[in-house]
Amino acid sequence: MTADPGTGSPEPGPEHSPEQVIADVLADLPRHRGVVVDSPPGAGKSTLVVRAAAHLAATGEPLMIVAQTNEQVDDLVVRICDKHPHLTVGRLSAGAYAPPPRLLELAGVRVGTRVQDLGDPDIVIATADKWAWIGDRKWPWAIVDEAYQMRSDKLLRIAGLFERALFVGDPGQLDPFSIVDGDRWSGLSWDPLQSAVSVLLRHNPDLPVHRLPVSWRLPATAAPVVSRAFYPFTGFRSGTGPDERRMELVTGGLGTPHDRALEEAARSGWALLELPERHTVRTDGEAVRAVALLAERLLQRGAVAGSEQGERPVTADRIAVGAAHRDQVAAIRAAGLPPEITVDTANRLQGREYDVTIVLHPLSGRRDATAFHLESGRLCVLASRHRHACVVVARAGIAELLDAHPSAEPVQLGVPVKFPDGWEANQAVLEHLSRHRVRADRG
Amino acid sequence: MSGLKREGDPAHRLDALRGTTPPRPHDARAIAALAANPGCARRALMDGAGLDKDAAARHLGFPAPFGQSPFAITRGNAFEALVKADGCAELLRMLRELLRLPVAEVAYHDVENVGENADARSGAHLRHAHTRSLIDRAARGEDDAGTLYDHPLLALTIAGHTAFLEPDVVAFQLGGRFHIVEIKSFAVIDGQAEPSAAAAAARQAAVYVLALRTLLEELGHDPLRVSHDVVLVCPENFANRPVATLVDVRRQLAVLRRQLARMTTLDRLMAGLPEDLTFDLRPGEDGRPTRPVAELADAVRRTTARYAPDCLSTCDLCFFCRDEARQEGASDLLGRQVRDELGGVASVAEALGLADGSRDPAEGQEEIARLLRNAERLRRECLGSV
Amino acid sequence: MSLLTSLARLRALDEGIAQPVATVRHCHLSARPMVFVPLRLSGEAAAPLAAMLGDDRDRPRLLVVPQPRNRDLRFAWAAELAGVLLPYVESFTADTETVERRGGDPYERALDAPQLVVPNTGGVAFTRLLGRSTRFRRADGPYPVPESVPLLGRWLTYFAERAAYPGSSLTLAATEELGRHWASGQSGLEDGNLASLVAWITEGPREEAEDPLVWPPAGPATDPGFDAEVLAPAIDSGSAERVTEALRTQLAPTWRLMWQALDLLAGLEPGASVAQRWEQDRASFSAMAESVAEGGPPQPRRDGAVAAAARLARMERAQAAYEVQRAYDDPLVMAEYRLTGEAFAGEVVETVPDNAEGEGRSRKLRPLVVIKTDDPVLLPPGTALGTPERRAQGGELVEAHEGLVTVKITKGMGRGKTAAPGTVPDVGERVCYTSLTGDFQGSPGLPDAEATPWTHGGPPQQYVPDDEDAQEEWS
Repeated sequence: MTADPGTGSPEPGPEHSPEQVIADVLADLPRHRGVVVDSPPGAGKSTLVVRAAAHLAATGEPLMIVAQTNEQVDDLVVRICDKHPHLTVGRLSAGAYAPPPRLLELAGVRVGTRVQDLGDPDIVIATADKWAWIGDRKWPWAIVDEAYQMRSDKLLRIAGLFERALFVGDPGQLDPFSIVDGDRWSGLSWDPLQSAVSVLLRHNPDLPVHRLPVSWRLPATAAPVVSRAFYPFTGFRSGTGPDERRMELVTGGLGTPHDRALEEAARSGWALLELPERHTVRTDGEAVRAVALLAERLLQRGAVAGSEQGERPVTADRIAVGAAHRDQVAAIRAAGLPPEITVDTANRLQGREYDVTIVLHPLSGRRDATAFHLESGRLCVLASRHRHACVVVARAGIAELLDAHPSAEPVQLGVPVKFPDGWEANQAVLEHLSRHRVRADRG
Repeated sequence: MSGLKREGDPAHRLDALRGTTPPRPHDARAIAALAANPGCARRALMDGAGLDKDAAARHLGFPAPFGQSPFAITRGNAFEALVKADGCAELLRMLRELLRLPVAEVAYHDVENVGENADARSGAHLRHAHTRSLIDRAARGEDDAGTLYDHPLLALTIAGHTAFLEPDVVAFQLGGRFHIVEIKSFAVIDGQAEPSAAAAAARQAAVYVLALRTLLEELGHDPLRVSHDVVLVCPENFANRPVATLVDVRRQLAVLRRQLARMTTLDRLMAGLPEDLTFDLRPGEDGRPTRPVAELADAVRRTTARYAPDCLSTCDLCFFCRDEARQEGASDLLGRQVRDELGGVASVAEALGLADGSRDPAEGQEEIARLLRNAERLRRECLGSV
Repeated sequence: MSLLTSLARLRALDEGIAQPVATVRHCHLSARPMVFVPLRLSGEAAAPLAAMLGDDRDRPRLLVVPQPRNRDLRFAWAAELAGVLLPYVESFTADTETVERRGGDPYERALDAPQLVVPNTGGVAFTRLLGRSTRFRRADGPYPVPESVPLLGRWLTYFAERAAYPGSSLTLAATEELGRHWASGQSGLEDGNLASLVAWITEGPREEAEDPLVWPPAGPATDPGFDAEVLAPAIDSGSAERVTEALRTQLAPTWRLMWQALDLLAGLEPGASVAQRWEQDRASFSAMAESVAEGGPPQPRRDGAVAAAARLARMERAQAAYEVQRAYDDPLVMAEYRLTGEAFAGEVVETVPDNAEGEGRSRKLRPLVVIKTDDPVLLPPGTALGTPERRAQGGELVEAHEGLVTVKITKGMGRGKTAAPGTVPDVGERVCYTSLTGDFQGSPGLPDAEATPWTHGGPPQQYVPDDEDAQEEWS
């Protein structure tokens, strides 16, 4: 995370209106070679990208857009065409990519594997991986989406393609990683394992950094918690008030801990279903069953979510289950959830949004926490995907585990310290969850 | 600071745990090490009591594997002397560059020779008092010029006791802003130092930052005038030439605060201990321990250790605890990761019994048993054994 | 580490002897390795004290700096080291083979390459620092050193860099290689002690393995007790012979352990992909030798932006390939993937060899194979699969249900209308399939260093080694 909490007081983000921030960003674009926009979870990042794209396209100069995954690219194409049907969009892709039907239906969109195949569209959009293979042209403008999840070596491969760029992303999520040890580059301003934004700002410290101040996704019950724990120096608020998001369970409960956890979550936006303390294997069967049962009961009880978008039932496709490890995900999937429910690791849930999330706490059942488990971005992703409620399943004992955690992190000279610290973030979230605790052994 | 001690209060209990053994002063290194294994009750109690763990380990027949080469000591001293030569002229040059300060001239105060004629404890008090008044004056802005304070004697409260920190540090002040300067003799090569050495230096420096902040606060000044960026001075590349690097110790400060807060909750750990438990070494007139070894070992075993192989580089008692873990057949021996992976199974025999099916899983062990049996099946299949 | 390795450690602890975690050897072993055991002066980053080295176990060379604080003596030591190491390295450059390249000029590749073997990761780190402290020296100018010293520095740097390259065998650290093949009954941390690890593998744990008086540390750090009680007085005495003999006592035991470690590894058959990786090592060695011969500059202090990204991409590809190859070469490594549900093995119970998809010209042979397995299969239908038994083939998981898995062979079946004999496994054959496959995409190009974009600091300043590098103190 790039924010320097050491200098001065926290940014007065929450007082700025999102509209004002967007206007400032657009005004800054021609004045600087690069502009960075930090966007906390659900703060309208895509809206900003679409707005900026239309704004830049209106100047008549060609624009390239970079996103990180094919899904993100397709989402952006659809959103752009939806909002601005007059714009022509070229969607560059690898040979093996099969465009989804929703894309082929759009009039202004052409799909191709080479720039030449796209005609001369207003906007060309592709993944960073695809852009890295393009080499024979220069665009006056670029928008780089999910720039904090992009490794700087990817940016190095494509930065020659544009003259100026808008970088948009969420600094609180998981940092990019590698399967090899990158110590030999630590401290270098161009460390290829750092995020694109970190490297950009280390070489260009004077570029403006804006912050979107309002989360439209997180409800009023969640924004302050997530903001305090994961964005302690910048902060954001929720776009909706305390009464604007409601969740009701149509069918009455049976008084079981699972039902009571769901009721607590419906009422307060959070619940911690706490299983008895025990050290377990990673794929703790009891915890996996608890997660599955919560999902099942949530569907059975017919949750209805009410928001500024109106009332709608919380159907299976509006529910996600998140865990830290792939084997946990596999175990949960094998527990017999409806296939429409998304079950995935934090890594793969980045950038996604649901009405309700059910989270297997990364530290549940562990005896020792590793850096992996404590990484603040992991918990941040898991705790910030929901519009209405988040139910966390964990074994008791995490507080003691954190308390006993040895602190022997190595220090690399010249590497800016990242905030928030994973330990502190975990502690903050746990403290909040403890107020919404339902014990599984007290039926 | 220290108040009156009542019978039964935690500080008193801790004194009793140490017995007649003289307390080992907490230096910055020892305080920084409090966070090395906070889950270990044995270590927490011994540290809280100010017990000399090194002496205890020796007496128990398990001397700690830590030693320092005379070459390293000579090298360290020579480097420090070089940095501080001519009233810290070299240090000043680096501070100017690093902090981009228009420092023309600075005053140099060496606190070391204050109170040198007094006995150790009262000497420390004198020097601490002197440090306080110097820092107070600086914080009031009464010193126009920048000042270097060499060997300032700072203090922190650890489990109810005031610990004076060994003054192997320099504090720098300009315009009422303070920086801690830590001089270390490990090399910074092409901008990088050994990460574990840099981490140890950062943890120690954080102790001084906190102590100086505490002092400022006691004096009614803003503690945040002590920067969380400490100045680390090391030899550059393969030469003796010093180079200064700023190290952000905010994370280390947070950890330190947590650990010091924990030290005030030691009474919880002591609640379950026998009333008469003591780690007293009963030093004789010559200072040598006279307590029967078996008796001391028994007393130590009454407290629960949480051995992990990392202890081998961080705790004086490591060989004793490793031996204990061996005798218990504890899977802790193999490392935290193995222990964690085994879920709730703590003993080697139990894990192996579950793996080869000779032991039935207890309640809650069904899954680890299934995994272990599967692993055992695969190993046998691949190794062709029956 | 996986539960499989953890179980091996538990078993080792229980039985008092290390347990295998590999059934084949995953590193190349040279017929003529250069064993290198360096010692460093305590408290210094890279001040050499001594080294025992050589490619003949019966004739180790002992090089000593009799007065470690004397700069000239250190460079004399470095020159002596170069006198042993450089002829060894150069002895591999003469015999080469010509390799044709698709879309490139043919190049010469050495038929064999040098192999540096150090005791532990500390030995690798020290090699790197020695290389760093000598490669910028100059034989002319104000602070001349023997001509061989900067060249030595470049080779030491190269060896240290190869040690970090996944799957390379040009530089081996004995404890690391042993640890890849055996699990001891102690922690990974304690496995860093060569004497202790070798003891676990050969005869079981020995208390004295940790006693520096019996087994001196394998370097590069010396035992502080030795420094105080033996070395310091010997240096003070001014007798080079006394210093030499003192250091010999510290190095000789490790020397024997090193050859014992190599013998242990040699007792394992090489894995199927070892030769292929060694071929890459040979190519890399030849490229380095050529760069040296052409008078190229020494390796820079640190990688520039483009060089860093390029190296990272190479290393990531090598790491991924190494993981796949190890699993395909070694059933015990594959077992780790079977344990986590990413691979499964079993007996073929049914096949449909002439199953096909499509009609007419687009008709493709897609044989079906049903495997009965005891492994927990956690792969979803549609997963791409590979198999160690038929490495050119690719498959796809059709369904997995109650220990029966149906696999469709989708790649490597040729154009024939029927399956060629042996291409489809027979009923009764034991097979293994895994989602771990070696299909890696090539990585896209990088800009030239001179075209480093503004996001990464722009074009770097041209690096020219200057006198300042050469005079960098070494005190």
